[in-house]
Amino acid sequence: MSIPVDPVPAIEALAPRAEAEALGIAETPAQQLWRTFRKDRLAMVGLYVLLGLVIVALLGNLLTGWWVVFDPTTVRLPDKLMPPLSVPSAALASELRPPFGSYPFGTDELGRNVFARMLQGSFVSLSVGVVAVGISLSIGVTIGGLAGFYGQRKLGPVSIDTLLMRFTDVALCFPTFFLILTVVALLPPSIYNIMIVIGITSWMSIARFVRAEFLALREQDFVTAAKALGLPEWRIIFRHMIPNAMAPVLVSSTINVAHAILTESALSFLGFGVRPPYATWGNILADGRSYIFDAPWLFLIPGGAILVVVLAFNLVGEGLRDALNPKLRKRAR
Amino acid sequence: MWRFLARTIVQRLLLLVVISIVSHTVIHLAPGQPTEVDPMNPMMKAEDIARIRKSFHLDDPIYLQYVHWMKDLFTGELKSFRDGLPVLSKIWPRFFNSLPLFACTTLIVWTASFPIGIQAALKRGSKFDRGTTLVAYTLISIPGFFLSYLLILWVVRSFHLPVIGLRTFGTESATGLVRVMDRIWHLVIPSLMAALTGITGIAVLSRYVRAQMLDVLGQDYVRTARAKGLDEDRVVYGHALRNALLPFVTMFGLLLPGLISGSVIFEQIFAWPGLGLLSYEAILARDFPMILTLNFMAAALTLFGILLSDILYALVDPRIRLE
Repeated sequence: MSIPVDPVPAIEALAPRAEAEALGIAETPAQQLWRTFRKDRLAMVGLYVLLGLVIVALLGNLLTGWWVVFDPTTVRLPDKLMPPLSVPSAALASELRPPFGSYPFGTDELGRNVFARMLQGSFVSLSVGVVAVGISLSIGVTIGGLAGFYGQRKLGPVSIDTLLMRFTDVALCFPTFFLILTVVALLPPSIYNIMIVIGITSWMSIARFVRAEFLALREQDFVTAAKALGLPEWRIIFRHMIPNAMAPVLVSSTINVAHAILTESALSFLGFGVRPPYATWGNILADGRSYIFDAPWLFLIPGGAILVVVLAFNLVGEGLRDALNPKLRKRAR
Repeated sequence: MWRFLARTIVQRLLLLVVISIVSHTVIHLAPGQPTEVDPMNPMMKAEDIARIRKSFHLDDPIYLQYVHWMKDLFTGELKSFRDGLPVLSKIWPRFFNSLPLFACTTLIVWTASFPIGIQAALKRGSKFDRGTTLVAYTLISIPGFFLSYLLILWVVRSFHLPVIGLRTFGTESATGLVRVMDRIWHLVIPSLMAALTGITGIAVLSRYVRAQMLDVLGQDYVRTARAKGLDEDRVVYGHALRNALLPFVTMFGLLLPGLISGSVIFEQIFAWPGLGLLSYEAILARDFPMILTLNFMAAALTLFGILLSDILYALVDPRIRLE
């Protein structure tokens, strides 16, 4: 048997290699993943939605922040609560007129252009989700990796594994949403605090996944081989083990982004969300509920947008889970 | 078994102490003082603030404050910062308001999820399966308060019925039957909303049921049961479902903490004076004793729930031994 020096991802190690050879295709794991993922129509729709969202968010940040075409903060009191696709009234001063002479998503109670606010909010909402998950990912991978790799070492009377995993248990016992609410309410209001708090309350499942994967990977031949070759520990961890432990982490991070966006909107609803001048979909939605009878678009547009985006994240996450699961893949053939 | 119980209980109690210390520290070290909630109040003079701070031990070092909190909590002396009423006497009535909401939600979730999940598993890939899958994902992805407002809008517009609060205003003098019906109506709408959305709702549970049934239906003993000519109902409900049910027994225990923390949003929307709303008000008022006590109770319920699910699992599955 040859000694695999480069990482042999778990997916490939688990799938019968003879089958791939029989098909006459030498696939990288990424290609294999993509091929299975592509068959899932719902997940593909989700992926397209997410790609669209990223483009909209970047464009939105560009057009509302740096090169202001759509100004989300302009207050136009004569044009309060205009329905979508309406044109500005004649009473409006010419410098306040919206671009292209219409309000695609209507205006809110201060006459602000909802389209511009949604554009700005797309970037903020997305970054709340992504940054929060980035934080939870780095905590989770660190703790899970340490517990999985150095677990046997002793720190005084207890092993590192026991220490870190009991700590994870403590963190799991806090009622998460309640804790987020408490901390966000007590800390000075800022968008960064919300990202951090959501991040540090959602790393536990990732830590557990990484630990479980590491415990399994430690016993595998390629890790033994890497050790026998005398590779330094950091190289074994970062080049060989972490890439192979990423499958469940990837799935749960995708779904966690969806959760973070929902949590942000729930916090906004309770009045602890991202403060002005930032517009997020969550706080546009939360503000819109006061006008639900007079101006339902203020409620329906951000709500629908959140629904579509969170749904897309969930579908992509589930699609990834199926594509990464070798048991399911075999069944699908 | 008994040794296991004794050891776990001791471990859980230790964990609870750690949790209470951590939460106490987090809340007291976070910026924002209870005395700063109403800075514009002209009646609050500096000496009043000093007196209040002293009477609530707010100037003591943090470990002493912890000791005071624990001592007062277990002697029932703990007073709320807001109105000086004992915390436990404020929690009890709220608990009995939350309980029916929680029970009704759980009932809806568990009675609806199993038929849906089993049907979806049996007809894997059918229209029903794909339809429920999509609906489930939609329900997971929708903000709970968004769906609730849409429903309130629809009910109020088409039926002209009130849905907010524990009961309709002005029905205090009505006959008993009307009052009971009114209470039930006011209970059903929020429970339904809480059951539909969220990660403990129908959407998630029915997906679990489906996955679990699919797993079991592929097992050898199910094929054996079919091979020996049992009718399909007996195979599905007698052999497959019984085994698929095992993991759900453990989920019963994990439901418990939802009693306190699961319902903040829905109690806020429907103005339901339960524990969720109580904790929300406590957070707004920086009512540290109330926040800490509710948090402590939620953590205790979580730990108790885990213990309960371990025991239940050992009771229903003879392969599991608690050691």
